[in-house]
Amino acid sequence: MDTAFMPKEGLDDLIRQLADSGYRVFGPTVRAGAVVFDRVDSAAQLPVGLASVQEPGRYRLEESGNRRFFDFVNGHESLKRFTFASQEKLWSFSADGTFQSGLSESPRTAVIGARACDIAGMKVQDRTFLKGKHSPHTDPYYADRRRNLFVVAVNCTVCVSTCFCASQNAGPMAEDGFDISLTELEDGFVVETGSAAGEAIAAKLDLIPPKGARERAEESIKACAQAQVRYIDNDGIYELLFNNLEHPRWDDVAERCLSCANCVMVCPTCFCHREVEVPSMDGTGSDHVRQWDACFTLEHGSTHGRHLRPEVRQRYRQWLTHKVGAWWEQFETSGCVGCGRCITWCPTGIDLTEEIAAIRDQPGEKAS
Amino acid sequence: MEKPKISVHKFSSCDGCQVQILSLEEELLQLADRVDIAFFAEATSRMNPGPYDVSFVEGSVSTPHEIERIQHVRDISKVVVSIGACGQSGGLQALRNWGDLTYYLNDFYTEPEHIDALPQSTAFHDHIDVDWEVPGCPPDQGQLKYVINSLLSGAKPNLPSEAVCLQCKRDGNVCVLVSQEQPCMGPITRTGCGALCPHQERDCYGCFGPQGGGNIDALGRRFNGAGLTPTDVVSRLRLIYSWAEPFREASRRWEQGAQGAPLPPQPHKHGGMRS
Amino acid sequence: MSALPSNNPYLPMVAEVVDQMEEAPDIVTLRLRLTEPHERDAYRFEPGQFNMLYLGRVGEVPISISSDPAEPELIDHTIRAVGRVTEGLVRLREGDKVGLRGPFGTGWPMQKAKDRNLLVITGGIGCAPTASVVGYAHERRDQYGKVTVLHGVRQPRDLIYGNRFDAWCDAKDTQCLFASQESGPNWKWHLGLVTELLDQVEPEAIEGMIMMCGPEPMMRAVAEELLRRGRPIDDIYLSMERSMQCGLGHCGHCQYGPDFICKDGPVFPYARVRKLMKVKGY
Repeated sequence: MDTAFMPKEGLDDLIRQLADSGYRVFGPTVRAGAVVFDRVDSAAQLPVGLASVQEPGRYRLEESGNRRFFDFVNGHESLKRFTFASQEKLWSFSADGTFQSGLSESPRTAVIGARACDIAGMKVQDRTFLKGKHSPHTDPYYADRRRNLFVVAVNCTVCVSTCFCASQNAGPMAEDGFDISLTELEDGFVVETGSAAGEAIAAKLDLIPPKGARERAEESIKACAQAQVRYIDNDGIYELLFNNLEHPRWDDVAERCLSCANCVMVCPTCFCHREVEVPSMDGTGSDHVRQWDACFTLEHGSTHGRHLRPEVRQRYRQWLTHKVGAWWEQFETSGCVGCGRCITWCPTGIDLTEEIAAIRDQPGEKAS
Repeated sequence: MEKPKISVHKFSSCDGCQVQILSLEEELLQLADRVDIAFFAEATSRMNPGPYDVSFVEGSVSTPHEIERIQHVRDISKVVVSIGACGQSGGLQALRNWGDLTYYLNDFYTEPEHIDALPQSTAFHDHIDVDWEVPGCPPDQGQLKYVINSLLSGAKPNLPSEAVCLQCKRDGNVCVLVSQEQPCMGPITRTGCGALCPHQERDCYGCFGPQGGGNIDALGRRFNGAGLTPTDVVSRLRLIYSWAEPFREASRRWEQGAQGAPLPPQPHKHGGMRS
Repeated sequence: MSALPSNNPYLPMVAEVVDQMEEAPDIVTLRLRLTEPHERDAYRFEPGQFNMLYLGRVGEVPISISSDPAEPELIDHTIRAVGRVTEGLVRLREGDKVGLRGPFGTGWPMQKAKDRNLLVITGGIGCAPTASVVGYAHERRDQYGKVTVLHGVRQPRDLIYGNRFDAWCDAKDTQCLFASQESGPNWKWHLGLVTELLDQVEPEAIEGMIMMCGPEPMMRAVAEELLRRGRPIDDIYLSMERSMQCGLGHCGHCQYGPDFICKDGPVFPYARVRKLMKVKGY
């Protein structure tokens, strides 16, 4: 399909068409003073007229002064929870000594409002969870959800202070990885399709030729990229960080780091999970469950009950040096897509772009 | 094979921990099939004097008689499991540890001579070797079941010591500290409750005690940033787990004043920003 | 038909305990056999690889395989009771069932080591993964040169696997030397560090392929000493340990710089991990 234009009212129709096609439809809604993804059945549930103000450790929703749906930019949730469940049963064990897979066909799910950085994050996680150059095994639980996910991307025309996707080549425009993409203008949306499933839905919508809308959209997206203030200098960053593992900045950040793991939990690429046993009370079977985990817990780095990383500085270092450093060597990409969530949702406002710059500014002695 | 003998003993407490076991309901009956509940005053009139394979103890030690009782329970039990905040830290009643017992006795009771209380309310581990501790006020039923099942399988129950925040985010809750400046204790509080309070858009008040690797001073500085005074920070730390060492020591530091500049810092220009 | 295990690498196969051998107090070798014939026929492993063993209602742990790959139907795991799951595993008896996933990870460089002497250096209780190396060479005596085993402990009572060492010491062209940091009654071997044993072996032994397993500070000290003695870094291999939970390179618990120890290790060339091993808390 060629690029098309959908008037504002078309958003309701898109939600309806997705639901009628058998998708559970999730979209951005407001809860507890922030935007989260929840089930929607009409565009009225979306955060129309709201913008988010985001600073390190601070998130507020405010009136945007217009009637646009997607100026809120993002909340703490990315696409991650739709593909990599925060907790799920892997299998169960029965008294007769057999194992039953917990894998079941996941429901077809459509998510409206995924940002370019969210899609980039999902593609980064693909390298961990799907068999390929970087992984010898497919995680069938992830793969199943991934296969049943319909992504309606929204290209960003507005950014917040914590955004730096442009520096990570992860936005603000989604190049691929979506089924349908929207770019919001005052009077409606520029619509593109990225898959056969997306074409099928788009064919049911009342779309009109874009005229000049496409050019206006591209300009807005470009302006959004240019408005971003934060960035990571990725040049030689793996070597930089691993040559500075004893840099005093790790002590400095450890004074501010709560070791609460919020950064990990909101990160669209963090994949750590742990497996726990949930035995039944009647003494027969057991469920083997996995949950999101984080390298900020003491137990994460424990072997035989001994804590490998007892100090906060060691845990923060483990996270950052992997995320923006070793990830390049391991997965041939950065583990950071510049969504800025770890900056906003860190209660004490630790800003990884600042931490990296501080080390780059005064690199220590190279480890031999 | 003979069923393992289980006992439950109450010390100074509100009984809420025992209620957590009683309200397992159907699962308690399943448990009763697997074990011999030899002593559980709140549940049964059987008073088997022991010895026991596993004894669950709840409440804090706050009278001289309770010191003798907990030592006796230890002597006649192969495994002692402390359940709840009181048993792990002295509990809410350890708030008296911050004041003067004789003042409380003389000012609140008409006949203080009938009260035989220790100057401090303390945890079981201050008096005996405790094999396992289940945190929380009250402890979580899922964690209780996990511990019971583990012990019956002959396995060590490893309860996570991580922050509440992990479960809070797994459940998709919005952070009330970041979005509403509520002085949430979640980042320094141990998991297990299922992030109950943040799920209700309320700040955590630390009823599972300190998490294993948290940074209490940094959270105090964050509370400063949200408008709390150092005295307010002391109050946040001195509630249910006030006598747990990390909270106790941090609250003493904060009595002396703030432990660093407020967090987060004011928005500022830095090297990770374009000029 | 049930789904093949390869479709879901998280789902364990069922294995039966066919033998249980007590090596030392708290140390047991479990000989396992997969119960499904098609799974048993397909199962192959290399020395140095590990399996995830699941104990019903308790949990799963990584355990290295200590038997010979020529007999992949019988899979030995030498287990020390150190935690929640292993304490239960050592109590299993013939006929009991466990879950098994694997094999995972890289093996020892046995091809590269062909026709060369082998210098096996272990410390503490970390000798289970290297047992597979010694066993492998002994089974293929013509393919390998002299085998030298250096084993260091903190105190004499840490010297376990008594029977296994006795058998090794008696084997053809095999020398075993022991060192203890602390003295004790009847300690007849070297008093000091395992690195000092390097002075007591013949020079050709040190020229061999070096394979190590044990506490990281010990492995690092030995490797650095060998480098000081002019041994090329490419001849030094070691087996690392972390809390692996999935074995698949997905769960992140064994993240070590750019590597997952479960997938890129547990056996690494020393050159790959040398820099990070110097860093405390990595």
